Amino acid sequence: MKPRTKRFALIAAGIVVLCAAAAFVLNAFQSNLVFFFTPTQVSNGEAPKGRVFRAGGMVKEGSLVRDNAAAGEGSTVRFVITDTAHEMPVTYMGLLPDLFKEGKGVVAQGKLGDDGVFVASEVLAKHDENYMPPEAQHAMDQASAAKAAQSLKVKP
Amino acid sequence: MIPELGHFALILAAVVALMQGVLPIAGTLVRDAQTQVTLQSLARPTAALQFVLVAFAFGALAAAFLGNDFSVQYVAQHSNSLLPKPYQFAAVWGGHEGSLLLWVLLLSLWTVAVAVFSRSLPLDMVARVIGVLGLISVGFLLFILTTSNPFERLLPAALDGRDLNPLLQDPGLVIHPPMLYMGYVGMAVAFAFAVSALMSGRLDAAWARWSRPWTVVAWMFLTFGIGLGSWWAYYELGWGGWWFWDPVENASLMPWLVGTALIHSLMVTEKRGSFKAWTVLLAIAAFSLSLLGTFLVRSGVLTSVHAFASDPKRGVFILIFLAVVVGSSLTLFAWRAPRVALGGRMELVSRESFLLANSVLLVVATAAVLLGTIYPLIIDALNLGKLSVGPPYFNAVFAPLLVPTVFLIIPGSVARWRDANVREIVFKLRWTFASALGLALVLPFALGAWSIGAAFGLFLGLWVALGTAQQVLARVNKPGRIPASFWGQHLAHFGMAVLVIGITGVKSYEVERDVRMQIGDVVTIAPYTFRLNSLDEVRGPNYKAVRADVQVLRNDKIIEILQPEKRRYFSSAMPMTEAGIDSGFMRDLYVSLGEPLDDARTEWSMRVYYKPFVPWLWGGVVLMVLGGLLAALDRRYRK
Repeated sequence: MKPRTKRFALIAAGIVVLCAAAAFVLNAFQSNLVFFFTPTQVSNGEAPKGRVFRAGGMVKEGSLVRDNAAAGEGSTVRFVITDTAHEMPVTYMGLLPDLFKEGKGVVAQGKLGDDGVFVASEVLAKHDENYMPPEAQHAMDQASAAKAAQSLKVKP
Repeated sequence: MIPELGHFALILAAVVALMQGVLPIAGTLVRDAQTQVTLQSLARPTAALQFVLVAFAFGALAAAFLGNDFSVQYVAQHSNSLLPKPYQFAAVWGGHEGSLLLWVLLLSLWTVAVAVFSRSLPLDMVARVIGVLGLISVGFLLFILTTSNPFERLLPAALDGRDLNPLLQDPGLVIHPPMLYMGYVGMAVAFAFAVSALMSGRLDAAWARWSRPWTVVAWMFLTFGIGLGSWWAYYELGWGGWWFWDPVENASLMPWLVGTALIHSLMVTEKRGSFKAWTVLLAIAAFSLSLLGTFLVRSGVLTSVHAFASDPKRGVFILIFLAVVVGSSLTLFAWRAPRVALGGRMELVSRESFLLANSVLLVVATAAVLLGTIYPLIIDALNLGKLSVGPPYFNAVFAPLLVPTVFLIIPGSVARWRDANVREIVFKLRWTFASALGLALVLPFALGAWSIGAAFGLFLGLWVALGTAQQVLARVNKPGRIPASFWGQHLAHFGMAVLVIGITGVKSYEVERDVRMQIGDVVTIAPYTFRLNSLDEVRGPNYKAVRADVQVLRNDKIIEILQPEKRRYFSSAMPMTEAGIDSGFMRDLYVSLGEPLDDARTEWSMRVYYKPFVPWLWGGVVLMVLGGLLAALDRRYRK
């Protein structure tokens, strides 16, 4: 091969490889986006069935229940996430993060079952007691904004 | 009084940094020879003075911490009179303001190091490099003084401090941020060399040789810092994970990937005079990504243990600073690059082309990580919804890009410069390839179970390890002095091999059990049996804890007692998990306490892990760091 053809081949090969890599990256990217939904959106049926998403809000007071399991086995916990407007039941198998508490903010990742129960594969840990996950805060804000809008409508 | 002196010293430091940034560079632009020398000679003394002033400010803040001066707001927020002394000192960089001060301190330390170890450099080059570093310092000092003053007073003074976040009260934290920052800031030196070379129009082998040891040292610190962070997360967060694809981790990984590409590209520029423009771009990118990392971590746009600030002014300042740095350096590049002569010729297969492939793959991997890290932020900023990009994306993308990069290490280091012969490379490596493949096919049986993933990962690691060993043996048998950089190169590559084997082992063979346990209960992960022996209340200097006594038995013999704790710090309501870990050569045994499941607190949820090969992760990182150290200490850089 002439040096010129060679250089051309090199550049062409490089571009092909880069395009393949870009296509591959974007494809993986597309299929791994995890969207966030508030309990209100979930109850309106906006959340996808059978696809992983995140949901968040407050852990409803008094909603945390632990299923009894035999010694040496994992335990399942149930709780309810609320944005004050709507509620969403969650089950999770595994250890809850240190800062998980009733009445505090929480974000969970998982899938919505056919029975409307959110099966969490991950309950996200937080690092600070005063810290509210921004998604959870967002859910609360959305709900209170919707409420405010409604009460305005009711008033003449 | 001392905090005010510290504040004043910081203001003076900003003025001196401005002189350091402007005068020496002006000295390279004036025509008069006498003025030139006078102005350029100011570089070293101003750098030294700036360092003294910043160090004084840092010392003043440390004194406020150690003296429990809670009239300083930053101290009141991040320390407590009960906090042990070493942590009070480490708390200086436990928050936003102090960590920026640490950033500037390390930057001025690097600048002084450049001033001291640049005796062989021409004066105008020293003037430019120190000048550019001075300008960067001005930016950061202004940032501290205008938005994040650590010496802010709190009136009336707090009775006691709010304490350091318990997660950060750990020996790992004492050294992780300084090491990581040494790496970030070190990239500023590589950047300063590249920009100076662009200014002077002399992008040549000499520039690459000056720049190389600095870049390698920066890379070494960055590697060490990332390794420490991973190690800290592993034992402190209690989840047994060592890499989470957390945006903050990604922020430190991106400069590392580009930095790795940069040290390899610099080699080509030095030895062959090629890739000059590419090398300069990599240097600009590495520092820009370090700044982006600082922005992501410090602006509060990310939520994690690292995000202290949520003051939007701060984020905007760093973003503007980032734009100025990237914009001005790329403009300079566009203006100067066309004048850069092309380097030596290279053939399709040559060491150059292997190193080019390495660069391109690493840059593509960086771009993929960058996409996954900032896309959710951009979407959120544009109010288009909230989403996150999970670890599956990064795993899916990262492995296919890094596997060829790691594989090419061996043919790349065997290939000759300029024109290599494929057949010769294949011939040389045929036995290495065959033995790596054979071992990789057999070893998984010995480790427990055969799987394609385990075999493939082991092959990759063994290939690099054996290939490295082959080259070292061949070189040792030849006469002549072996330079330190040779050992450095192969030690670092061998470290990479150990890391790859470690990742493969832990991914393929780890066992995790979430269980509920009462005293006397056992859980078995063959061949180990874990028995909960007792639960006791213990008291630390600033916390109370429940400590479990877990016996680990093997063949009915006690081999270890693990003591995981659940701590409750007095200053906050936040419970903390301390894992109990037993490290061996081949595996870690890891137990952490979950939460009490009954009111009497006699039954607890617990996490029990068998984690093979975890010590290899840290071993691999340490080998890479030592390799970097050896390479940087090579004699020829000291001429």
